[in-house]
Amino acid sequence: MQTFCRLYEQLDCTTATGGRVRLLTAYFAAAAPVDAAWALHCLLGRQRRRLITGRRLREICLEGCGLPAWLVDDCHAQVGDSAETVALLWNRQRPDPTASRAALPLHVWMEQILPPLATVARGDQGEGPSQAAAVHDLWCELAPAELLVVNKLLTGGFRVGVGPGLVLQALAAFSGLEVSLLQHRLMGGFVPSSMAWRDLLAPAGAGGSAASSPYPFFLASPLPSPAAGGAPLPGSPDGWLVEWKWDGIRGQLIHRAGQTFLWSRGEELINPAFPELVAAAAAHLPAGTVLDGEVLVWPAGATQPAPFHQLQRRLGRKAPGARLLADCPAVFVAYDLLEMDGDDWRERPLGQRRAGLEALLPAAAAETTDGPGCRLRLSPALALAFWDDLECLRRQAAAAGAEGLMLKDLGSPYRAGRRRGSWWKHKREPHTLDAVLLYAQAGSGRRANLYTDYTFGLWDGDPAADGGPQLVPFAKAYSGLDDGEIRELDRWIRRHTRERFGPVRAVEPLQVFELAFEGLQPSSRHRSGIAVRFPRIARWRRDKPAAEADSLASARALLEVSPDAG
Amino acid sequence: MPLPPDGLLTLTPQGLYCPAAEAWIDPWRPVPRALLTHAHADHARPGSGRYWAVASSEGILRRRLGSGIALLPVEYGQRLRIGGARVSFHSAGHVLGSAQILVEAGGERWLVSGDYKRCADPSCEAFAPVTADVCITEATFALPIYRWRPGREVAAEVLAWWRSAPDRPSLLFAYAFGKAQRLLAELALLGVADEILLHGAVEALMDPYREAGVQLPPTRPLTSVARGESLAGRLVIAPPAAQHSPWMQRFRRPQTAFVSGWMAVRGARRRRGVERGFVLSDHADWPGLLQTVRETGARQVYVTHGQSDSLSRYLREHEGVAAEALEGDFVVERGDVERGDADRADADHGDAGNADLLPVV
Ligand SMILES: [Zn+2]
Ligand SMILES: [Zn+2]
Repeated sequence: MQTFCRLYEQLDCTTATGGRVRLLTAYFAAAAPVDAAWALHCLLGRQRRRLITGRRLREICLEGCGLPAWLVDDCHAQVGDSAETVALLWNRQRPDPTASRAALPLHVWMEQILPPLATVARGDQGEGPSQAAAVHDLWCELAPAELLVVNKLLTGGFRVGVGPGLVLQALAAFSGLEVSLLQHRLMGGFVPSSMAWRDLLAPAGAGGSAASSPYPFFLASPLPSPAAGGAPLPGSPDGWLVEWKWDGIRGQLIHRAGQTFLWSRGEELINPAFPELVAAAAAHLPAGTVLDGEVLVWPAGATQPAPFHQLQRRLGRKAPGARLLADCPAVFVAYDLLEMDGDDWRERPLGQRRAGLEALLPAAAAETTDGPGCRLRLSPALALAFWDDLECLRRQAAAAGAEGLMLKDLGSPYRAGRRRGSWWKHKREPHTLDAVLLYAQAGSGRRANLYTDYTFGLWDGDPAADGGPQLVPFAKAYSGLDDGEIRELDRWIRRHTRERFGPVRAVEPLQVFELAFEGLQPSSRHRSGIAVRFPRIARWRRDKPAAEADSLASARALLEVSPDAG
Repeated sequence: MPLPPDGLLTLTPQGLYCPAAEAWIDPWRPVPRALLTHAHADHARPGSGRYWAVASSEGILRRRLGSGIALLPVEYGQRLRIGGARVSFHSAGHVLGSAQILVEAGGERWLVSGDYKRCADPSCEAFAPVTADVCITEATFALPIYRWRPGREVAAEVLAWWRSAPDRPSLLFAYAFGKAQRLLAELALLGVADEILLHGAVEALMDPYREAGVQLPPTRPLTSVARGESLAGRLVIAPPAAQHSPWMQRFRRPQTAFVSGWMAVRGARRRRGVERGFVLSDHADWPGLLQTVRETGARQVYVTHGQSDSLSRYLREHEGVAAEALEGDFVVERGDVERGDADRADADHGDAGNADLLPVV
């Protein structure tokens, strides 16, 4: 454990890539296989299970540090991270090295010491005093730097500021294997053990991957805006496959050896949430097929998919009921063929993969059948004769229920990760509304002394009614202003505060901002009745008086309406 | 929360004002009479008619505000009569010549702490506790996550960091006035006798320290080192603003570090883009602030700068002291280290007004 903490500290104070790769390589070389496997698991940010929430960790700290709860919250707001806040607040007595478990190897911590802390005292008296006592005992054995790492492992938020790419680069340097091979071997579940470490580093060609194992996803980059008058991409549009950019979740559908697997881009197996897709793949895909595509909710007969919030109802639902399956039926819109008859097709040009995909999923069948076949659809290729028509096509995305366009080089292989050049996304313009600043709250981390978290409102009600129209909170936004504007707005907020509620200030409703967002959905949890997706500040409208800001009625007109709701 | 209208001090658009003395303390704008706690740019601004400040800060003040300013040097503890008030300056332990200012009139004592710290600092006079009826304190680092270790321990870490890279230049960013000299003085106490290279903004402030008798290692302006001469194994101290300037092109593969109290929080260091952060501040930490407020014995405390809400609430609810945050144009020394914080004259932008008086390197 101490060696791992030292690695963390050293990585933390090294900014040069070469230096970081050397530190990682040296650690992998010196560690026992099982500890190296756990370290890799943590460094890749795969430690998803949260043993204790950040909030609970702060509560536990509160019980032993003698500070009021609001002050611990203020500290947390400044630091921005519970694990680090606790490491800074916990009493700094030097631990007795002879009584400390810090010297035990990493795998003992990950397998035996930390997991029981999550469950201790559950059952008889709930998360009660004994969990706190066990965590306090542990903290007392650790030096501050170790305390930070242990807290991060407990809260599942282990990040070193070292991206997975760099960790894999170090692993490749250490093992002599290709990064892409390592990526593939790591897909679909790496359970840390000495055996898993040996399998991961086995010579290329040795051992097959499991039937469930997905390929690393290839990710698109945003299309850069072309120089005035220039074409957005090289060559003529003929060399590019143009598709809608679907607003669902990315998925990989695998049918191998009589088994079917649906993976999300987050490398989670989502079979239980989408039983109809798993059944359709089992029934209609030949063995040894892997498809890349988008999971969407798409009611039968509808001309476009349902908005994203319908899909959200399906996500994370372990066993959806008949009612939900009927209300929010899922489809898999396929756009790439990665494996055919058990052969890896990723190196073949997209044109060939697309032809294979079209042969596999005849477009017509998808539209006419009402059986399980309609669950698997082909993402249509859109016609684009001239680059000049690109923007016109993009403007039709909203009507097609899509987020924008995808442009893919027909001659390119299927790569791993985000590599510029062959896949581009061209999103549609966001919606905008002019809203009035109502509340402000201090940010966290480097913005902790500045009011940077804003709540905006829109007008609601009849101007002729008693008291006239009211401003109703509508969206929160944290980003979009530059540093100078943030500072200026911070000063304005401090001078125009009407009321303070703890860390929140209500300000005079005078400043108007243009907010951009991806979409609006009906919501019963928001006072405005609307949930806003990805709101951000597009512009400070100093020119606009608050009275001319938009109304809730104009926001309702932008609501994404479910097709079945008419 | 404003100050009461009938108090010894009030808040005017120019800053903290003492009607009895007809003088302002650390005024934000030019005024006829200015009492200065210290020479940092967020406290000492140019353009006022007459200044009062501690004698040992005179050299730095004249460099920063202009050599021709009307400045009346004062000794610590000396009681001046200004108008109808008694005014005295007491050591704040913040930087060379820094003071808390005590105003007495009508049988009341009001203390303005200025910036202060309680840890030992070989480059300046030690903090002197003062009692008062009303105290106005800073709160830059008023959260219990901020607890400082002795400067000597931090300097020993800096020294180990420097010595660990004999093949690279070691580039240390520290505020030009105060922090840089404190580090140099600590290094001298650790026996460092090698010549240390300084950015012009730091070099310009060395003479007043030497004149004040502070023991320092030999230093030399970087500009006097011939181009092409290797800087491997050398320690260079520069203000934070130099980090993103063409000045950096001088160095091949430097190892970089930043010295500041803000470095206590990882995120602040990562965003700064330096490899190492050394936690060393010239402001009081959480225990230092509480200790100081207790020792004043003040019945009423006003809190300015930074975490004023947290400190005033804690004092009210847990120390039984009447305490309020005081709002005004106090320059908040922010955790956002992308702007030069504590010493804004070190930054290359202008709220503080006198950045142009600094030598350009
Ligand atoms: Zn200062
Ligand atoms: Zn200051």
